[in-house]
Amino acid sequence: MNNLEFTILVGLGALTAGFLGSLTGLGGGVVLVPFLTLVFKVDIRYAVGASLVSVIATSSGAAAAYLREGFSNIRIGMFLEIATTLGAVFGAFLAAIVSTKAIGVVFGVVLLYSGFLSSRTPSDTADNRPPDPLATRLGMNGTYPSLTGPKNYNVHRVPAGFSLMFGAGALSGLLGIGSGAVKVLAMDHAMGIPFKVSTTTSNFMIGVTAAASAGVYLSRGYIDPGLSMPVMLGVLAGSLLGARVLARTKTKLLRWVFGAVIVALGAEMIYGAFTGKV
Amino acid sequence: MLKRSDWTDQNTELIIANLLRAGVIVSASIVLAGGILFLARHGFSHASYRVFRGEPTDLREFTGIARAALNLHGPGIIQLGLLFLIATPVARVAFAACAFAVERDWLYVGISTFVLIVLLYSLLGSAI
Repeated sequence: MNNLEFTILVGLGALTAGFLGSLTGLGGGVVLVPFLTLVFKVDIRYAVGASLVSVIATSSGAAAAYLREGFSNIRIGMFLEIATTLGAVFGAFLAAIVSTKAIGVVFGVVLLYSGFLSSRTPSDTADNRPPDPLATRLGMNGTYPSLTGPKNYNVHRVPAGFSLMFGAGALSGLLGIGSGAVKVLAMDHAMGIPFKVSTTTSNFMIGVTAAASAGVYLSRGYIDPGLSMPVMLGVLAGSLLGARVLARTKTKLLRWVFGAVIVALGAEMIYGAFTGKV
Repeated sequence: MLKRSDWTDQNTELIIANLLRAGVIVSASIVLAGGILFLARHGFSHASYRVFRGEPTDLREFTGIARAALNLHGPGIIQLGLLFLIATPVARVAFAACAFAVERDWLYVGISTFVLIVLLYSLLGSAI
C-alpha cells in the first residue's frame, strides 16, 4: 500500500470512529488503536501515539459546544487534573517499560469495560447528602441548568475520586485514549456529581490529561506525522459531524451496536496479544 | 482592571472554549498543509508502520521540528501542527491560572500552576 492509499483508508476509518464516538458519547479514541493495529497492522506504539493526538483534538474541538450549555465545572476539573496529569506522565513512562503484549491485554480489558458501560443508562438522581467538607473548602459544589431552573449539587468523597482519576490518567498515558469511561465513573459513582456535569467536565479534562503524556510520546518517537495526520484530521471531522447530527438522532440502538463492536474489538485485542498479532 | 464581582467562572470558561477552538483550527490547518505537501512528494512511496523504528530525532524535539518545517519538509510541518495542538490545553491551564488570579482565588491559582508545571515538565523536560 502506498502513502496516498494508506492516508485515504485510515482517514475514512478515523472519520467513522470519530463520528460514532461522538454520537454515542463513548469517544472515538477507544476503537482507533484496535482498528489501526488489527486492520492495518500498525505497531501499537505508533497507533497509541496517533490516537493520543486525536484525543486532544476532539476534546478541544468539542469544548466550545459543551460550554455553551453551562454544565461543566472548572474547579472540579482543575483540581482533578492534578491527579490525571501526574497519572498520565506515569502511564507514559510505563508504556516504555512494559511489553506491547501487556499493553494489548490492558487495552482489551478497558475495551470490554467500556462496552459494558455503554449498555447501562446513566441515572441522574439528585444526591442530597451533605457535601464532603474538603469539596466545600475547594469550592466545588455548584449548580447546573435544568428545566426547573438552576439545580444545586454537592460533591462527595473527594479522595476516592482523586485516586480513581490518577488511574484514569495512567490508563490514558499508557493506551493513548481519553479514558472518559473511567473519568465519568470516578465523578458519577465516587463523587456523586450529576451525569451531565461529569461528562462535560470530563471532556474538558481529557485534552489536558492527553497533553501531559503527549510530550513524553513525542520525545520517544511514538508520534509519526504520516500516520497522525489522517487519524487526527479524520477523527476531528467525524466528531464535529457527529455533534451536529446528535440532536436529531435516536442514539439508543446506535449506542448498543457501537458497544457490541467495542466488546468484539476488546476480545480480539486480548486474543491478538496472546497469539502475537498485536 | 476588572473587579472581582465582574468576573465569573462562566466568563473564564467561555474565553477558554474559544481559545481551544482557535487552537484546534490553527493546528488542523497546519497539519493539513503539511499532509498535502507530504503526499504530493511521497504519495506513491510504500507506507509501512508494521515495525516500530521510532521517529528520527529531528521530528522528536522542538528545534528539529522547527528547522524541518522552515525547510517546507512535509512531515516537519505536520509535527509543528501537532505541537500547536499539544500546546492548546497547556495554554488553557495557563489562562485559567490568570483568570483565578483576577478572581483572587489563590487556592486555585496554586492548583492551576501545579498542573501547568506538570504539563511543562512533560513537554519541555523530555522534548528539548
